[in-house]
Amino acid sequence: MQDIYDIIIIGGGPAGLSAGLYGARSRAKTLILEKGKWGGQAATTEELENYPGSIEQPTGPELTDRMKKQAEEFGVEAKTETVTGLELGEKVKKVVTENAEYFTKTIIIATGAKPRLLGCPGELELRGKGVSYCATCDADFFTDLRVVVVGGGDAAIQEAIYLTKFAEKVTVIHRRDQLRAAKSIQEKAFANDKIDFIWDSVVTEIKGDGIVESVVVKNVKTNVLSEVETDGVFMFVGYDPVSELFKGMVNMDERGYIITDENMSTSVEGVFAAGDVRVKSLRQVVTAASDGAIAAVRAEHYITEKFE
Amino acid sequence: MLEINKDNFDVEVKQADKPVLLDFWGTKCEPCKALMPSVEKLAEKYGDKIKFCKLNTAENRRLAISQKVMGLPTVAIYKGGEKVEELTQDMATPDNIEEMLKRYV
Repeated sequence: MQDIYDIIIIGGGPAGLSAGLYGARSRAKTLILEKGKWGGQAATTEELENYPGSIEQPTGPELTDRMKKQAEEFGVEAKTETVTGLELGEKVKKVVTENAEYFTKTIIIATGAKPRLLGCPGELELRGKGVSYCATCDADFFTDLRVVVVGGGDAAIQEAIYLTKFAEKVTVIHRRDQLRAAKSIQEKAFANDKIDFIWDSVVTEIKGDGIVESVVVKNVKTNVLSEVETDGVFMFVGYDPVSELFKGMVNMDERGYIITDENMSTSVEGVFAAGDVRVKSLRQVVTAASDGAIAAVRAEHYITEKFE
Repeated sequence: MLEINKDNFDVEVKQADKPVLLDFWGTKCEPCKALMPSVEKLAEKYGDKIKFCKLNTAENRRLAISQKVMGLPTVAIYKGGEKVEELTQDMATPDNIEEMLKRYV
């Protein structure tokens, strides 16, 4: 049998990288598996002003890049591979990827969440044609053009402000009559004369012939429909957990978020979850990093109890 | 992979004698940078039958928009001077790209 890892972490965002740092720093044999983009959602966020210590404008990509380097300096192994299966029945667990099989004493699930689709007609057809979920990826295209931003939370308003650096006009469409975003973000948005708001409204259709031309907007109080011309639609209407692979293996809530206790333990011994993928009240880089640290320390305790 | 810009787009992509894979990416697009090594691997595997090119949209914005590309990453196939198929954003995974390529080899 090949070497057995102490900790295998699935997901290379802030939760996974923090778990990796704590694991490797205590000399546990630790592997992080990431299917694509290291840094998670934080790596697609330009402004990260609410992570303690991140003053003087470090961007999401810079901060997460540093997290990865820091973990690697302490000896974490980081591989870009997609996990395709898990076997959790035995004391030593198996993690299967597209090119290898790994054995491990503990697993930390840190697969995060991904932006939710709105689900209206035109959305899928016009992805990459003006419909976007990533402002840092696509903002450039909309230089001197008009965009709408759908949503009213932190991400929506922060990205709306970011988009004003490029777009001529940014219209925020929100289903309520006030924003959910942090007050300091709201103040910035209200003071920005490139941003205007359509309240109490939802987008019911995105129209365009090969490229976005307009959105149909419904006022939820009056049910009146109107059409707003735009070149782009940025969606920030919430998130869904990336937990499909673990269905039936660990307990989840009805939306697919993994249920843990305060030590990040899941319903399976030796399997922990950290970051956005678990049931929690605040999904931020700072809470993801915190979860990762706790999960790694608890994983070590578990190994000491069960294997030594 | 050959770098495409507005000056060589017609010659290298539209007038190419074999199918072309064009990887639209951008300097601020982290998912694009994460995807690029996989596309380079596919170039080693399929490079004799398909011409692999990339286009930095940050420097060639108008060209990208003229190709109806306004979102990244986008990986497109050109054949006979026309864009015939493309994968964008979440759909642009290494597996999906390889499947798309197989239809043109």
